[in-house]
Amino acid sequence: MIKRLTLLLLLAGIGSLFAGLVLTYVPDETLNLTASYYAERTAEDLGAANIVTAIIVTYRGLDTLGEVTVLFLTAAIVGLVLSHTRGRSQSTGRAQDNTASEDGVTPTPATRRELPPTGELLTTGTRLLLPLILLFGAYVFSHGHLTPGGGFQGGAILASAMLLLLLSNPARRFGHRLITIVESTAGVAFVLIGILGILLAGGFLDNRILPTGTFGELFSAGAIPLIYTLVGLKVGAEFSSMLVSLSETEEL
Amino acid sequence: MALIAMITGFLLILIGLYGALSNRNILRMIVAFSVANTGVNMVLVAVGYMKGRTAPILDEAVPAAEAASRIIDPVPQALVLTAIVIGVGVTALMLAYAYKLYEKKGSLDISEHTELKW
Repeated sequence: MIKRLTLLLLLAGIGSLFAGLVLTYVPDETLNLTASYYAERTAEDLGAANIVTAIIVTYRGLDTLGEVTVLFLTAAIVGLVLSHTRGRSQSTGRAQDNTASEDGVTPTPATRRELPPTGELLTTGTRLLLPLILLFGAYVFSHGHLTPGGGFQGGAILASAMLLLLLSNPARRFGHRLITIVESTAGVAFVLIGILGILLAGGFLDNRILPTGTFGELFSAGAIPLIYTLVGLKVGAEFSSMLVSLSETEEL
Repeated sequence: MALIAMITGFLLILIGLYGALSNRNILRMIVAFSVANTGVNMVLVAVGYMKGRTAPILDEAVPAAEAASRIIDPVPQALVLTAIVIGVGVTALMLAYAYKLYEKKGSLDISEHTELKW
């Protein structure tokens, strides 16, 4: 009881701080200096129609590289934390199988649980939707410089295709090798494009290593579509690897 | 409009904090943290909104010459895009650790895990 009271008091305190923030909030009438620089210079300098993309991929490209690195580390740590589990449960499973075969006793049902069938809707739906979802993901990350969207969103859509596959058949096992190859190739290519920017253009991750092209077309904005495609593949591979790691903890 | 989004965001933060502090189940705490995370993102996007302006994407309707007076602030949007992605990573890590804790004690009740309590 006293705990709940303290909790409510704490929340009331934080809530009153928030209320102060909301009541004194005055929205800006004009863009501030940084934002108006981005608004005025993006089309002319970088040739990207989507200013948010231009900020993420070029103006603050180094931060995006850091963000992708954080995601990579997360995927690696999830894999590491859960891989110990996986190894142990597999070895204990094998030990139980050995004792079972020696004693002539069948394995207990708890270790090998029968999954209920997935159902017609999910199976057929997966088959129908999977190519469409992959196509949509590729569309979103390759048009990131023109329309809302980009590498992170497209990558998440790619990973949702993976999630659908896992839902339709939880016992399905994916090779980690393909995911790792896609992920590391995209990462290396991202850094290489960044270094090419130092050599051929104004600095690290400068998108003008390729011609900026006609404003508003798919092959425009220099290296931005290329970088965002790589980011999309990398993010998709990282999310997929997290999903696969989490799904493999299930004892089947 | 921005004010509604901002108030909703702050409310979501409070709901998330309440959920994280009052629940004993680790999975529920993770869900509550995700709710609070969404609230923070909503507040940030609401701060970047400006009345009567449009999304920071240039096309025929928003020519580059008038961009500075026609679009909303693109910086908070870029920031929130980053925050959402990092939020997904944090949630995935929390879930992985929750699984480890469950495996160790066979329970997701936070009061069973007393190693760091003093």
